[in-house]
Amino acid sequence: MNKRFKSLAATLSSVLLTLFGLTVLTFLIGRVMPVDPVIAAVGDNAPEDVILRVRAEMGLDQPIPVQFLHYLSQLAHGDFGMSVLTKNPVAQDIVRFFPATFELATAALLLAMLIGIPLGVWAAVRQGTITDQTIRVVCLAGHSVPVFMLSLISLLIFYSWLDIAPGPGRQDIIFDGMIDTVTGILTIDTLLAGDFDAFKDALAHMAQPVIILAYFSMAYIARMTRAFMIDALKGEYVITARAKGLSLTTVIWGHAFPTVAVQLVTVIALTYAGLLEGAVVTETVFSWPGIGQYLTVSLMNADMNPVVGTTLLIGLIYVGLNLIADILYRVLDPRVQ
Amino acid sequence: MVSRRNFLIGGAAVPFLSYLELAETAFAATPKDILVVAQQLDNMTSLDPHEGFEAVGGEMISNMYQKLVRAGGNNPDDVEPVVAASWEADADSKVFTFKLADAKFASGAAVTAEDVAFSLQRAIKMNKSPAFIINQFGFTPENVEKLIVAKDEKTVTLTTEQPTAISFLLFCLSANIGAIVEKKTVIENEVNGDLGNAWLQKNSAGSGPFKLQAWKASESIALTLNENGPYKGNLKRVIIRHVVDPSSQLLMLQKGDVDIARDLTSEQLKVAQSDENIVLVRKQIASLMLISMNQTNPNLAKPQVWEAVKWAIDYEGIQKNIIPMTHAVHQSMEPAGFPGTVTDTPFKKDVAKAKALMAEAGLADGFDITMDHYSAQPSPDIAQALQANLAEIGIRVKLMSAENRQVLTKMRARQHEMALSAWGTDYFDPNSNAEVFCINKDNSDDAKKKPFAWRSSFKNDELTAKAEAARDEKDPAKRLELYEALQRDFMHNSPFAVMFQNTKTAACRKNTTGFQLGVLSEGNSYLETSKS
Amino acid sequence: MNATFRNWALDENPSSRRQAAWGNWYRIWLNLRGNPLGMIGLTIILIFIAIAIFAPLLATHDPAAQDLANRLAAPSAAHWFGTDELGRDIYSRLFYGGRVTLGMVIAVVVLVAPVGLAIGCIAGYFGGIVDTILMRITDIFLAFPRLVLALAFVAALKPGVESAVLAIALTAWPPYARMARAETLTVRGSDFIAAYRLTGGSSWRIIFRHIMPLCVPTLIVRVTLDMSSIIITAASLGFLGMGAQPPSPEWGAMIATAKRFIFEQWWVAAIPGIAIFMVSLAFNFLGDALRDVLDPKAA
Repeated sequence: MNKRFKSLAATLSSVLLTLFGLTVLTFLIGRVMPVDPVIAAVGDNAPEDVILRVRAEMGLDQPIPVQFLHYLSQLAHGDFGMSVLTKNPVAQDIVRFFPATFELATAALLLAMLIGIPLGVWAAVRQGTITDQTIRVVCLAGHSVPVFMLSLISLLIFYSWLDIAPGPGRQDIIFDGMIDTVTGILTIDTLLAGDFDAFKDALAHMAQPVIILAYFSMAYIARMTRAFMIDALKGEYVITARAKGLSLTTVIWGHAFPTVAVQLVTVIALTYAGLLEGAVVTETVFSWPGIGQYLTVSLMNADMNPVVGTTLLIGLIYVGLNLIADILYRVLDPRVQ
Repeated sequence: MVSRRNFLIGGAAVPFLSYLELAETAFAATPKDILVVAQQLDNMTSLDPHEGFEAVGGEMISNMYQKLVRAGGNNPDDVEPVVAASWEADADSKVFTFKLADAKFASGAAVTAEDVAFSLQRAIKMNKSPAFIINQFGFTPENVEKLIVAKDEKTVTLTTEQPTAISFLLFCLSANIGAIVEKKTVIENEVNGDLGNAWLQKNSAGSGPFKLQAWKASESIALTLNENGPYKGNLKRVIIRHVVDPSSQLLMLQKGDVDIARDLTSEQLKVAQSDENIVLVRKQIASLMLISMNQTNPNLAKPQVWEAVKWAIDYEGIQKNIIPMTHAVHQSMEPAGFPGTVTDTPFKKDVAKAKALMAEAGLADGFDITMDHYSAQPSPDIAQALQANLAEIGIRVKLMSAENRQVLTKMRARQHEMALSAWGTDYFDPNSNAEVFCINKDNSDDAKKKPFAWRSSFKNDELTAKAEAARDEKDPAKRLELYEALQRDFMHNSPFAVMFQNTKTAACRKNTTGFQLGVLSEGNSYLETSKS
Repeated sequence: MNATFRNWALDENPSSRRQAAWGNWYRIWLNLRGNPLGMIGLTIILIFIAIAIFAPLLATHDPAAQDLANRLAAPSAAHWFGTDELGRDIYSRLFYGGRVTLGMVIAVVVLVAPVGLAIGCIAGYFGGIVDTILMRITDIFLAFPRLVLALAFVAALKPGVESAVLAIALTAWPPYARMARAETLTVRGSDFIAAYRLTGGSSWRIIFRHIMPLCVPTLIVRVTLDMSSIIITAASLGFLGMGAQPPSPEWGAMIATAKRFIFEQWWVAAIPGIAIFMVSLAFNFLGDALRDVLDPKAA
């Protein structure tokens, strides 16, 4: 018990240290940005005295360590500060923007897993054959194109030429403001409200960005699954099982896959973290009001409270995912102590 | 072999097929009584009319609030009555009396003199960015309640510190800083003495054609009809969607997903022009693109270099090829569409002449210099063309691209050498630009006033005196004459090469009529917009 | 001649270290040759490198020569890939741009690999407080949203190739450190390291001369696979306006400026896009094949 407690304490302290390091780094970045955040607050043409006054109001004329301590004490009270651009508390903004990115990333990950894992297994089973090579090419291709190109091409083909997909944005105008925000995740909220039309609309708007993001991540998942699977299929117990006369399907899914699944947990955790922060470009092309857009716009205007807040959030998720992956790894794999 | 997998993969295809079917139901064109606009909304600072000081926010504000008068209408040299029905100045030109018309706020209450006085006092007391437009007449938070007074239900008097030209005063009051807010509502929602500033970010209390329903930053703005307001048309709501990419805006317009697209560039406009379902509403606006030469650089401080640069630029080539539909060649510091603007374009590309000037300055071998410019198109393209132009006369330019606000920060800190930037006029009067380009009385690093000329360390006492004289001239005709002379003087005696003036285009679907663009963003109006 | 080299290299009983080393590399090469995708990748990369090096000889126009009247021209005999938004020849710009893009990628790798390797090996070898501190720092950089770090860095310095390279390097090194540390931990306790220590080798010597070289195979695989993501990150930075600046013909910057006409003059953006795609794909093929050859079990 004591050992468990010690290791838990060690993990927790390392997490906190990482987050602290993140905060310091981001804060420093903000002070180094060559944009005057006051301009975002007062407008480009503002007269000089207004700028000086607002700068003092925002506490920006204090020395950096003082500002940092002030920020830390605010943080301790759960106050992430105000965003100069949106005029809202950063916490409120994050609550508004995060579900959109979460929706995209989660859906993309599920899709990537749904397609990527079976493909990886198939490629492993058919190692060396044309099927294997084809799958590898298809997956690697997805990983070789910049996401923004895929997005633009997709809009061109499916929205402009073929008219199958809706345009940029999360939902059609008619549904704007009609659904009560419960979770912020449109697909869930619309179902909760019982509005099936709105649900279909939300799903339709999600389709393109999700498919593109999924394709991009699928490559990594498929490749990893294939590698793990090839390894697992060489294991002794597999050969024994085959010798005993068990069918290949049973061997693959019953015996080899569970080992693979355990190793995939880390891969998936990493992919998810990558998806969350990689959504930036996709959100720009598809006018998706998510964290990525929020972060980039704030950064470009040196509005640092949102930048620090969002960075902490993403960092927290990343660290948390790694932690969960670690724990799951220990729990699921009886060989690991 | 992997048959179970195959089955499941095959099964997954079925939902996809019905997705195609749902595609038809979901993407209807926009409803008849809702106007949908695609616009870049990332520059908004505030929707409080006495605080907001940039183009997009200013446009929203002017559709929610009214001012005493409106400028830039049918007669660009004069103002039209709105909340004020009539006005007059006293013999000394210091006391101005306004008689109010019958207007109603969105709440149904009538607009009274008390509201007008409160609004103008509020503008001064809050003292935000645009306050200088009115407080230049001598109002301070301490004295404003005595100087701007509601005499009775329908009469307001305003007393200026110095004798003032009434046309100048009226033009200034036509800016958003002169917006009339409903005193009762604002006071009710005041928090911590902020005069309702926080509340007015999310709500409106005006007498304009629309009221604010919701502002979701970086997403959308929703306006609903003010039934008690001046709107004449069949719309119930206006929704402005934030769409960053102009190509996407065009696509959405062509498909009917939006009724108006606001930020199309030359490339998209060419396509839109030939589309019979799209009508273009165009207006030259008060935004000038110019090159600034920082006088702290010894090479740039030579007047022959100023002229050489102005004669090296291929104005026509750049305009025709890079920005044909969004800019016109314009070389005066006052924008076309303003009273008294000179539209001469004396400078043309003349490499021989420019080279001779460089030789005269003792710089026949040229020099190296940097030029900062915005990273948003069309600046990079124009900057590269300029780089090639200047190379021909020996000026070797290194381009430095940065986000708009980065360039502004750098210029305000006087860190640039050459800079390609745009200047948007603050209010509808020639003094607005003349002041920032010509009146620099203190060139030191900690001057109290830091106009645009200061940023490039440009101080010319003669120009300053002329600009001040023009500002204070009471006779309207003579005033315009003075400004005309000032502009011509400025063209040849300043380190600023004004090159182009911006033309804004709103691309509307055929069935959407009555949307107006103004020379200042506060003239962009949905007042008469309807859909058929 | 070839046959003798082959025999010498594949000799079962090498008589010198050099012979053994050469033998090793030759075997790797033979294995690689048997992997069709890998060879395709290698060929494409070599072609692009050749194009980049010989750009001045191969280009048909001056990549900076503007011709405003002839903007956005379609591919023709005069301009094989058409012209861009300022009338410059896309074919020539593509070749010169290859220098910038490939140069950026190489610069990043040259920065990242040694540094990451060194940090990881040092952390793994010394353990204890050194390990904790170095890994803490690595974790912080790993947890940091990559794009934020890159964007912020580029914005803080001035946008351009140098800043982009530094920014990408800053975000790319942690995985190398992690990987090197893992490898070091595996070999740290082994006999031959103990032997070196017994013969009086200093810690630094052991790390640099013996441990780091062991990590090289995995490093090569990792680097090759990373190349594609580095290229794409550079292009994405360009797309967001923060990478190489005009008039540089860097491929990402070309796409960024051309995306506004993607619906009309799609080739201006498509051609550099295809170039990026091909090079990335080639690196991915090669990396995949190398991984199969060098380190089949690696994750």
